[in-house]
Amino acid sequence: MDTQTDTATGAKIADMPNRRSPPLRVLTALGKSPVGLAGSLIVTVIVFLAFFGPLVSPREEHSRNLRARFKAPGFVDDVGTYTLGSDQLGRDILSRIIAGSRVSVLVGVVSVLISGTIGVIYGLISGFVGGIVDSVLMRIVDGLLAIPFIILVIAISGVVGAGLSTLILILGFTGWITYARVIRGEVLKVREMEYVIAAYALGQNRLKVMLLHILPNVISSAIVLAAVQVGVTILAESSLSFLGLGVKPPTVTWGLMLSDGRQYINSAWWMTAFPGIAITVTVLGVVFLGDWLRDFLDPNIRGRA
Amino acid sequence: MRGFFISRLAQLIVTMFIVSVVVFLILRLSGDPVLVVAPDFFSQEQIEQMRKFWGFDKPLGEQYLTFIAKAVTGDFGTSYLKKLPAMEVVINRLGYTWMLAAASAAIGLTIAVPLGVLSALKRNSLFDLAITSLSSLGTAMPSFWLGLMLIIIFSVHLRMLPVFGALEPKAIIMPSMTLGVGMAARLSRMTRSAMLEVLNQDYVRTAHSKGLLHKTVVLRHALRNALIPIVTVFGLQLGWLLGGSVVVESVFSWPGLGRLMIESISVRDNTVVQAGLLWIALSFILINYAIDVIYIMLDPRIKFQ
Repeated sequence: MDTQTDTATGAKIADMPNRRSPPLRVLTALGKSPVGLAGSLIVTVIVFLAFFGPLVSPREEHSRNLRARFKAPGFVDDVGTYTLGSDQLGRDILSRIIAGSRVSVLVGVVSVLISGTIGVIYGLISGFVGGIVDSVLMRIVDGLLAIPFIILVIAISGVVGAGLSTLILILGFTGWITYARVIRGEVLKVREMEYVIAAYALGQNRLKVMLLHILPNVISSAIVLAAVQVGVTILAESSLSFLGLGVKPPTVTWGLMLSDGRQYINSAWWMTAFPGIAITVTVLGVVFLGDWLRDFLDPNIRGRA
Repeated sequence: MRGFFISRLAQLIVTMFIVSVVVFLILRLSGDPVLVVAPDFFSQEQIEQMRKFWGFDKPLGEQYLTFIAKAVTGDFGTSYLKKLPAMEVVINRLGYTWMLAAASAAIGLTIAVPLGVLSALKRNSLFDLAITSLSSLGTAMPSFWLGLMLIIIFSVHLRMLPVFGALEPKAIIMPSMTLGVGMAARLSRMTRSAMLEVLNQDYVRTAHSKGLLHKTVVLRHALRNALIPIVTVFGLQLGWLLGGSVVVESVFSWPGLGRLMIESISVRDNTVVQAGLLWIALSFILINYAIDVIYIMLDPRIKFQ
């Protein structure tokens, strides 16, 4: 077994003993990669905040204090410190950032589950069935890809209306396009492999070959892509909410906080700076984790996704 | 070769057809488009009249045919907000979007290509680490947030640049920096990995052993062969920029196509939305077509079926 070291992650890819149990193997590999470690740490923290935010949040995210409006980071009142400052209604920025993680995680995970499922099925059918079906399905993908993702989403949410659940559905039902193309390409490759031909020779029917032999071998590309898409989706949600076409107040989201911050950009920089840092760090964590996953799952597809 | 151009052209037309169906359907996703636009005080009769006037009383297929027959002649109807032909409204904004796209692409290329090449040459050095980290950061950062931060620094604090609009020449600096930096982040990543792949090739070693100058080898032998993936990513990015970067244009109130789309979507000026979406898709498709042509010029080995 040869040993490869990836420059981006520093992970030794193929030298792990195979006897260890899979979870342990993942953890060992993760421990050896600074990028993977950083990514998983960030993602763990964000997911923790999304679920247990109220436990660690210094204040309630909606509680107003009109005597503490626009206070700079570090301002102290009788309840405590506004570590990251306060907004136009005297609400604590830090508590709101913690609360905002809920929407990001929810939108990121649920939309990607929807789009991933649709995309994998679509790509699987397109690549496996081939012929005219493939041509038609892929031309549809071409057509949809010609409209930039964000404009497509904005146009649909402009027509259908805004709101958290609508937004999740819109992002879910538009994001599959990316997977369809990649999965189809993978299916075309796997389809010609010896083990697939062997499965046919053993008399397995087409559906079984597709689900038992092809799907498991293309799913790792889908997982890597899903990690990237979580980041893309979180960015899209914040852009849409920022533009007023996504999630509506009183739900707290980082994009909405930025749109508040923009109103008072002349006087209260902290209202803009910190929610943006939250988005950047979150997406960075997801991207890092995705980079590591890509190397861990399949060293051959490195650098392409 | 000629066959290739013709078959690509046919594909282009098919893709445009699918785009037109998608665009047509998006605006009907909300159910009855008339009810959305009609004021509350309209009587049933007036709504019926309106429906007839716009042709919404006909079957969907017939509506599409009417739409597409006019669309190919550039007739998308009249913008009800601006009282001008919808296509004219779109065309009026193109200059600003193209100007911004050109400036951003120029910034992106000037930053990304030299840094990506240097980063690959000094692989695993501190410089390489800095560049790859910065490019990850640039990819994770929401572009509109970067724009807002630039506003805080250069407009609010240093008072050097105007916050919005396109009234003076230096107004283009911040939006193009915002978009250019985002582009550079993606492009430098691609340049680095493409260069790394090429630098290990035999012909590069041969060129070195012939005693050619290092600079000559890097620029003429390596970079030229690494150009294909770089051009691909550049083309995709340029395609998006030509579609108008919706969010950044609205942060800076840049009067381009992206901002027009947001304005029209929010007031449901549907004729303009349709014309704009089709235009954006067309320019994206044409850019991709141009890239295929550039491939052949860059690498005579490439043959398309």
